[in-house]
Amino acid sequence: MLAFALKRLALAVLVAVVVSALAFLLLRASGDVAVALAGEGARSTDIENVRKVYGLDRPLLVQYLDWVGRMLHGDFGESLYFKTDVLALVRDKLPTTALLAVLSLLFALGISLPLGVVAAVYPNSWIDRLCLALAVAGQALPNFFFALILMMVFGVMLQIVPVSGSESWAHFVLPSVALGYYVAPPFMRLTRTGMMDALASDYIRTARAKGLSGASIVLKHALRNALVPVVALTAVQLGFLLGGSVVIETVFALDGLGYLAYKSISHLDLPVTQAIVTLLSFIYVGLTLSADLINAWLDPRIRIG
Amino acid sequence: MADVAAIPIVEVVGPSRRVLLGRRVLAHRGLVAGAGLLALIILIAVTAPLIAPHDPYAQDLTRRLVPPIWSAKGTWTHVLGTDNLGRDYLSRLIYGARISLLIGLSVMLISGLIGTTLGLLAGYFGGRVDMIVTFTVTVRLAMPLILVALAVVATVGGSLIVVILVLGLLKWDRFAVVMRAATQQVRALEFVAAAECIGASTLRIIVGEVLPNVMPQLVVVATVEAASAVLLEAALSFLGLGVQPPLPSWGLMIAEAKIYMFFSFWLIALPGTALALLVLAINMVGDGIRDVATPGMRS
Repeated sequence: MLAFALKRLALAVLVAVVVSALAFLLLRASGDVAVALAGEGARSTDIENVRKVYGLDRPLLVQYLDWVGRMLHGDFGESLYFKTDVLALVRDKLPTTALLAVLSLLFALGISLPLGVVAAVYPNSWIDRLCLALAVAGQALPNFFFALILMMVFGVMLQIVPVSGSESWAHFVLPSVALGYYVAPPFMRLTRTGMMDALASDYIRTARAKGLSGASIVLKHALRNALVPVVALTAVQLGFLLGGSVVIETVFALDGLGYLAYKSISHLDLPVTQAIVTLLSFIYVGLTLSADLINAWLDPRIRIG
Repeated sequence: MADVAAIPIVEVVGPSRRVLLGRRVLAHRGLVAGAGLLALIILIAVTAPLIAPHDPYAQDLTRRLVPPIWSAKGTWTHVLGTDNLGRDYLSRLIYGARISLLIGLSVMLISGLIGTTLGLLAGYFGGRVDMIVTFTVTVRLAMPLILVALAVVATVGGSLIVVILVLGLLKWDRFAVVMRAATQQVRALEFVAAAECIGASTLRIIVGEVLPNVMPQLVVVATVEAASAVLLEAALSFLGLGVQPPLPSWGLMIAEAKIYMFFSFWLIALPGTALALLVLAINMVGDGIRDVATPGMRS
């Protein structure tokens, strides 16, 4: 187990290093940052000054190493647009997005697991069809359009929840539903197929032969095995969630990391954009690492093979 | 040993494999409905100049926000009303189909070419090649797609071609993952070994033996990716960092109508529904192909 964990950890670190370098290169190479910083109609001497002040005239490798070195010391630079410390800015917004991510995931699992289980126990029933229809619709609806519909129905017509801002718990309801429904379809499908496979297996037949009750078989024996792939999917979907938070937070003006990312990107605020892209990549790497370790711990075949 | 030639040859008279496949396709209601809907949208996009009642870019500031025909003040001149600049909404929706279809198709082709090549190489050669490809895919997956796309479009400047290139160059991961797994399975089959034995070149084995046998999986991923590219372009354009005005991108139309949403909800409901229908049609075709090509694998 230790050898597997160390090997997996080394891979995660390597991925993190390469991703941070790529994110750095991509954002630097996609345009002349100095021109963007100097603003429209800047004279060429202004642009040269900007280049010198921000150290953009040095080789890319030197700039990258400099950035990594500062980052490791907790110095993410200063925001060009908000004129504040990037780390403080990000730290300030992270809890909002973390809360949104957790609530969305709870909503997604809260509708997918029961529906998926019931759909597998009663295939081709009306609830199975409802489950399929919900999954198909969830995959086809653009998430920002669904968010606007929610806003219109529950915020404007029924007036039961606020539609914009992040001051109270009520402000998180619509964003969590919008973002949760966006990541729910894969959970529904995976729970349903996992449960159907589990219910068709030999150990379930044994359990039935022993005379166990239907509920005990479904919940204690089958569900536990069907959930193993769901753990791995959760890590991946959390990554999607964090990406999707850019769109949803912007729609609802929810003051989290996604909204900050949107604002900094539209103002070409490179230090903030870079910090958020790197942070989200690292979170994703950490999540997939934990999912792999959990699965290796659950299933010896993974850590040996 | 029995004489092989003595065994009587029984002519099996029945429908050919092609006819059987055709029957399975027609029997699949979802596939037929999805393909019909998709064909209709393609037809609308291709014949846009013929069927659009107005010029989608022609502004008429005296006729702004005209409501659609089903409301009391609707007129037959603008069946689906006009937007905040007095442009005919139906014509803009019709031309918008061209943008979404173009994005879906081009992104699918670019990312499909990159991802399929990587997946075939990793699955066929295994070993070190597989390790490098798997690592590349892991790195790509760790980058938040929509953030990186937004940031690159913001620095380079938004346009149709930039959005296509950015999404095409970023979205190859699923092609690589699925093609790698499918190739590994086909690689182990006897006809590949047979082709190696008769001295066929590696390129010929990959293109001539492996590729045709992973085609069903490739087509299914291609539909999934085309649908997701359509949704991503809409999201980028909605955030103002995708296709730029005055192009009638459906996502951009929703963004432009957002401030009128509370009074004229149809302005966002129409392009939103158009997007959902297109994505639904592509997904239904993809699911249908998966069911028909791999019977008994329904999930």
